[in-house]
Amino acid sequence: MRTPAFVRVLEGEARVYRRVWRGSVISTFLNPVLFLAAMGLGLGRLVDERTAGVGLDGLTYLAFLAPGLLAATAMQTGAGDSSWPVMAGIKWRKTYDAVLATPVGVASLTVGHLAWVGIRLVFVSVAFVLVMAAFGAVGLAAGLTAVPAAVLTGLAFAAPMVAYTAGLKGEQGLTSMFRFGIVPLFLFSGTFFPVSQLPDWLEPLAWVTPLWHGVELSRSTALGTVPVPPPWLSVAYLASWTVGGTWLAVVRMRRRLVT
Amino acid sequence: MRSPLVTARALTKRFGEFTAVDGIDFDVHQGEAFGFLGPNGAGKSSTMRMIGAVSPISGGTLTVLGLDPAADGPAIRARLGVVPQEDNLDQELTVWENLYIYGRYFDLPRRVILERIDELLEFAQLTERRNDTVEHLSGGMKRRLTIARGLINQPDLLLLDEPTTGLDPQARHALWDRLYRLKQRGVTLIVTTHYMDEAEQLCDRLVIMDKGRIVAEGSPRDLIARYSPREVVELRLAPDDHDRAVASLDGLARRIEVLPDRILLYTDDAEATIGDVFERGVEPESMLTRRSTLEDVFLRLTGRRLVD
Ligand SMILES: Nc1ncnc2c1ncn2[C@@H]1O[C@H](COP(=O)(O)OP(=O)(O)OP(=O)(O)O)[C@@H](O)[C@H]1O
Ligand SMILES: [Mg+2]
Repeated sequence: MRTPAFVRVLEGEARVYRRVWRGSVISTFLNPVLFLAAMGLGLGRLVDERTAGVGLDGLTYLAFLAPGLLAATAMQTGAGDSSWPVMAGIKWRKTYDAVLATPVGVASLTVGHLAWVGIRLVFVSVAFVLVMAAFGAVGLAAGLTAVPAAVLTGLAFAAPMVAYTAGLKGEQGLTSMFRFGIVPLFLFSGTFFPVSQLPDWLEPLAWVTPLWHGVELSRSTALGTVPVPPPWLSVAYLASWTVGGTWLAVVRMRRRLVT
Repeated sequence: MRSPLVTARALTKRFGEFTAVDGIDFDVHQGEAFGFLGPNGAGKSSTMRMIGAVSPISGGTLTVLGLDPAADGPAIRARLGVVPQEDNLDQELTVWENLYIYGRYFDLPRRVILERIDELLEFAQLTERRNDTVEHLSGGMKRRLTIARGLINQPDLLLLDEPTTGLDPQARHALWDRLYRLKQRGVTLIVTTHYMDEAEQLCDRLVIMDKGRIVAEGSPRDLIARYSPREVVELRLAPDDHDRAVASLDGLARRIEVLPDRILLYTDDAEATIGDVFERGVEPESMLTRRSTLEDVFLRLTGRRLVD
């Protein structure tokens, strides 16, 4: 063995990506531009006039929003890359069967996929920070310090998402997961407003969502504010989703693919 | 003699309650082309996947290249080439890239892969298409590419699951020619098919499978000699005459098979049999004489046809 098997899987994914990168790069930049323009500037002006920073730790709405949106975007990227593409590998195109006919095993296939998602997350997050800085939401250097938090957030979703997808018959389950899981998290995990605004009974629910920890971590590193949960707790929490999710993903991929 | 490349004893595959492969025995030897001939659902692919060390066995024993698939899967797969029943090429990648990433999965060094790709493209007659994405290839080209991909690691044993199903006659012959060349080079082939002509063309030795079991084993020629008289007279009758003709033909040939659209008379002397048919006053709409094939062997052994 010269190169670890998971790295060779990653190489394969990177080659496929090279064929489709154009479309993906455009949306990688366009998405944050649209969101920050509409919500950060448009809605932000309204918010700032009303609150004068009170309730947002003295931040402008744009500054408050941008790092949270960074984490939420990482979540969407991680979950997205581990849903439809994984289903295609398992079922629609059966490319995973082709990989598993070689010495590469299920664990390397799964870890290789997640490693590739990790690299994608770095790209997507850095692109987001560039846009953020261009909007003047945060300084470039400060923004970049939030990239590791965003990548970890993305992986915390990518890993369990592979496990989830591996158990599905068809794409219905993916659509439902986004509609009832990812989109609500996107909206209610402290990205657009602090979760303290939620009804009291809902607030604890937000605390257990990985995205809330990702948002708090990302915001506090980028802006130097004090996060609600201690950062070590958020890192540990996201890391356990990543590690536990990876383990579960390997188990479920094996059950699905080795029959 | 050298020990077999593949040995199976009482090999079984179950999916839940259902038994797909029901205790089969076979050996595959170095350098031969070995076939599994059987209809849909016979258990051919299930057997191939066990040999390919991607599907755990449910019972019996299986040795591939002297190793145990349960314990040494990666080591076995490193020396196998696999052409699955359904093409699973990466549609978004080019012909060249498909071969390249596959070489990487076998951990071959870049230099080696580059060399082999050129040879394999030549072998698969795809040199001109090397930069085309797979989605734009014809069925026959995809199949040739899948075979080329299975050869990137210079396997000792090539598993071909229905290599020509779905191809037109010309593409099938082109493919058989490629496989024949591989055999000449000493690559051991295991082929599944439900086409008797494919089995006759490609296989030195084969087993006939039905419902998870092996019903006969031998070379195509042996099997035909053993299970079917030499010649077959096929009669086609007007639907109204069919039943009456069946009654009058009774006892006329060594064996008679009545199919919905034809009557088959198995005989050692077709000419004499044809004479007898007319003597009994049967007037077929059309008639043809041919040699017995593996299809006839299958019909004899199972009472059913291979391809329906
Ligand atoms: N993963 C699976 N789960 C449940 N049943 C299966 C599975 N794979 C195969 N089977 C069943 O096992 C039987 C044998 O299937 P197999 O694919 O081995 O047959 P085959 O001889 O290759 O047929 P074909 O000519 O159609 O390819 C079939 O009845 C099939 O439905
Ligand atoms: Mg099959």
